[in-house]
Amino acid sequence: MARTLFDKIWDSHVITDLGNGFVLLHIDRLLLHDLSGARALRDVTEKGYTPAQPRLIYATPDHAISTMPGRTEETFPPGAPLLRGLRENTKKFGIHLFDIGKDGNGIVHIVGPEQGLTLPGTTLVCGDSHTCTHGGMGSLAFGIGSSELEHVLATQTMVQRKPKRFRVQFEGKVPEGVTAKDMILHLIGDLGTAAGTGHAVEYAGSAVRGLAVEGRLTLCNLSIEMGARTGMVAPDDTTFEYLAGRDFSPKGAMWDRAVAHWRTLPSDPDADFDREHTIDMARVAPQITWGTSPEHVIAVDRAIPDPDRGPEDKRAAWTAALQYQGLEPGKPIEGTKVDWVFIGSCTNSRISDLRAAAAIAKGRQKAPHVNAWIVPGSERVKREAEAEGLDRIFKDAGFEWREPGCSMCIASNGERVPPGQRSVSTSNRNFVGRQGPGARTHLASPAMAAAAAIKGAIADVRKL
Amino acid sequence: MEKFTRVTGVAAPLMRQNVDTDLVIRIERLVNNTGRQGLGPYCFEQIRFKPDGSENPDCVLNQEPYRGAPIILSAENFGCGSSREGAVWALAGMGVKVVIAPSYGDIFYNNCFQNGLLPVALPIEEVEQLADEMRASPGNARVTVDLENCQVVSPTGRVIPFKIDARRQHALLNGLDDIAQTMTHKDKVEAWQTTDKNARPWVWL
Ligand code: SF4
Repeated sequence: MARTLFDKIWDSHVITDLGNGFVLLHIDRLLLHDLSGARALRDVTEKGYTPAQPRLIYATPDHAISTMPGRTEETFPPGAPLLRGLRENTKKFGIHLFDIGKDGNGIVHIVGPEQGLTLPGTTLVCGDSHTCTHGGMGSLAFGIGSSELEHVLATQTMVQRKPKRFRVQFEGKVPEGVTAKDMILHLIGDLGTAAGTGHAVEYAGSAVRGLAVEGRLTLCNLSIEMGARTGMVAPDDTTFEYLAGRDFSPKGAMWDRAVAHWRTLPSDPDADFDREHTIDMARVAPQITWGTSPEHVIAVDRAIPDPDRGPEDKRAAWTAALQYQGLEPGKPIEGTKVDWVFIGSCTNSRISDLRAAAAIAKGRQKAPHVNAWIVPGSERVKREAEAEGLDRIFKDAGFEWREPGCSMCIASNGERVPPGQRSVSTSNRNFVGRQGPGARTHLASPAMAAAAAIKGAIADVRKL
Repeated sequence: MEKFTRVTGVAAPLMRQNVDTDLVIRIERLVNNTGRQGLGPYCFEQIRFKPDGSENPDCVLNQEPYRGAPIILSAENFGCGSSREGAVWALAGMGVKVVIAPSYGDIFYNNCFQNGLLPVALPIEEVEQLADEMRASPGNARVTVDLENCQVVSPTGRVIPFKIDARRQHALLNGLDDIAQTMTHKDKVEAWQTTDKNARPWVWL
């Protein structure tokens, strides 16, 4: 029978059928970070279990560490005990830790692909909802909660129900100024934040095939923002070229065997999906969110929506969102004054993202009233960017060049946008209070964020 | 885990769409609070309290008789966003035993069952009617959620059936722990791994 990419990975990882639609699934990779990971490792060992397969587990602190230049673990004191606990327990059980300041450290969803730990055809989980990012490598990757995380630590398996299959095809030529971030925000704007609930999404179509791996990771990163269990892109030569020679990728004869297997993974041409949707790329323009949910998104040259003209069941939510954001319906969003720009997060802090932002910042100056931060996604990205001189470009333009971590994406390390201030952020969530209590967030691509820093207001990158 | 059979009590109408887990519990509460206990006071703090820390009287969760309600009524996509299980711990800490909404974020939905909290999915019209019946006679109105028979009984006595996976129902009714259940399949796990090490050696670092 014809099968999808998802089916092939799922089927080959079923250990046993538990009945009532549930199976026991083998997990090939477990990633831990300093919030959920450190805690689960501690809690599960207190219950008397030990990690079943420590060599399949990798840890990296990212959430509760400062990203201030010259930081140590003590710079953000509340995070220090978490990191110390993670160090102690990973050492005790022989789990590989990418410690801060060391090559390999960074945001967990940047580190997996970058180190060659995330491989096509594998199952991967992490106690973090944006684990779906790793699907960009052709892996089946889920975000899980703390109890499930303890379960994986203790058994290297998960009790799962099979999600439905949803294919989204992006077809056509990518218009000027449009990036993977704009593609996925456009899709969420079209379908809403609950469209993917209960589904595994496969992104396909000519525009996806044409994306570099880092763009595919950005695309998959926001799958959870449309409610999907996961997102994935079929592995191809682009994937294999990206993976070849990475620290943990297979080498030599093993590499050839792996690639031969990976080539069997893409969906069969006649495979069935439970749901299909196609996006015509000609309709996609650079996006910016206006409200407090990723589905509150418009093309940057559009007006802020009017709740009275919106769908009836959304009016209350739109009104509340505009009030929180301090915006007036009907006005153009372009030109809205901005106080902060944050370029970072597991969505958009890879080297190609920093290059795109640097291309805009080069030879220009940020607006004097704007605080603009560049937070590279990993130590590796930071070093690569510095070798290319991107840090100089940013510093010359008045941006702050920081250490890797989650930072202002979630503000769990004390790095916040102050109440009432407006930020353009390359992250993935514009929820109420996400970047700090009272903070007003607008999601956009790295180039759009850099443009906002230069103009001091929401700007259309195509006009710069 | 505690067993869940039935709950009768006040149902608080928190009728908004896309209640995300950032709204349920702020992440810094999970950095500072190292256990599962003690998160109740911070549950929904962004809507329960004003920026100066005083109670927001407009929030339904601060109004009588809804304060401390064991049941929460809400709209589509409850618990979307972050995977933080702290959202469930915070709800439980505030005394919530059941959420009734039309749909849920997948990860939040799973997390509920790991902590003895029951997420009931009912069509939006039903949830709204429950909310109306609650508002019609504040003080006396009670909702009953019966997991054994998979039904909700409204304040006016309407019986509304709901669906739930048999496996999850069984685990919740009996307070079963997932890890212990999986350990009974240890042999099968090891057999799968032995086969896989031959088939895909590159996965096994
Ligand atoms: S960068 Fe933001 S979204 Fe990504 S893992 Fe960190 S906190 Fe989560």
